[in-house]
Amino acid sequence: MIRSEILRDIAPVISNHLVVCNIGLPSQELHLIDDQPSNFYMLGTMGLSSSIGLGLALAQQKKVVAIDGDGSVLTNFGTLPTIANNVADNFILLIIDNGSYGSTGDQPTYAGQKTSLTAVAKACGCENVIECRAEETAGVLETALAGDKMTIIVAKCESGNIKVPVITMDPVVIRNRFMEAVESQA
Amino acid sequence: MSVSEKIVSDLVANNVNFVTTVPCKQLAGVIDAVEAHDDIYHIPANKEDEGMGLCAGAFMGGKRPAIIMQNTAIGVTINTLVTLTQYYRMPLPMLISYRGELGEPVACQVEMAVHTKALLAQLNIPTYHFHKEEDAMEFDAILKHTFMCNKPVAVLTDASFWQGY
Repeated sequence: MIRSEILRDIAPVISNHLVVCNIGLPSQELHLIDDQPSNFYMLGTMGLSSSIGLGLALAQQKKVVAIDGDGSVLTNFGTLPTIANNVADNFILLIIDNGSYGSTGDQPTYAGQKTSLTAVAKACGCENVIECRAEETAGVLETALAGDKMTIIVAKCESGNIKVPVITMDPVVIRNRFMEAVESQA
Repeated sequence: MSVSEKIVSDLVANNVNFVTTVPCKQLAGVIDAVEAHDDIYHIPANKEDEGMGLCAGAFMGGKRPAIIMQNTAIGVTINTLVTLTQYYRMPLPMLISYRGELGEPVACQVEMAVHTKALLAQLNIPTYHFHKEEDAMEFDAILKHTFMCNKPVAVLTDASFWQGY
């Protein structure tokens, strides 16, 4: 399974939740598969999906799923200790770990080599870290969303991309409809 | 009231309730005052761009955020300021220690000081410079201005303002 297939699998699970989605292909794929006002698409700023997601989760009560990648987490490694030490039980960080920088041409990351993001997250103090196979992601995410415990999910999948159009929506439109979703959702 | 307490009391009066910090010696007092205040969620960040991500999320979640950091962070955060805070039009008061000004003992700090205002000007970031203690009287208006215009706004605070450190 590749990332876009995971996104297709989890789309029905996350469609009613607040989602912060990583820059580049992940946002473009989610936008193509299931565009929702409750999706915050990052158009720039590699690495900050988990930080935006944590800030959002700490600021309000609704569940937040931040979709991140192994390359992006490596870019913003400081995020894991911050998450561990500022527990938000409405926060789920889903790291789709395909061992590569997908949006830039599938260059290998260190997470696909010696570095285990699962072990790093645990070492940083994250208490509920689950590593799963790509096929298990939707089920693991559904269980995490049903619970009330901050969860880090590391979903291991294969490298590879599908052809998707870029997102042409204005950033202020993305932000505004997302904030309306934050306020209106039950 | 100390100048640190005055700054934090202005933050609270303007409903700024989510503050991320990356420490600087000059800012130690104000960071302590942020940490001590019950009306502010203080979340230390490991790097300033991470802190700006936290602030962006908190803003979209209904909080009023602020970041406290050193001027060297301007070098770290240009991409985030441009592609997140400015691109999505989010307010962000930035209380910045202006290291490398008069009284600075560390020569290397001057190297970033000489670029600080030029970089902020290049980024079209409204910039205020606190040099004397009474300059802090404008902080309340600066906060209101920031949340009125939905922009990152810089407040540079130099060693003279903090009366040595």
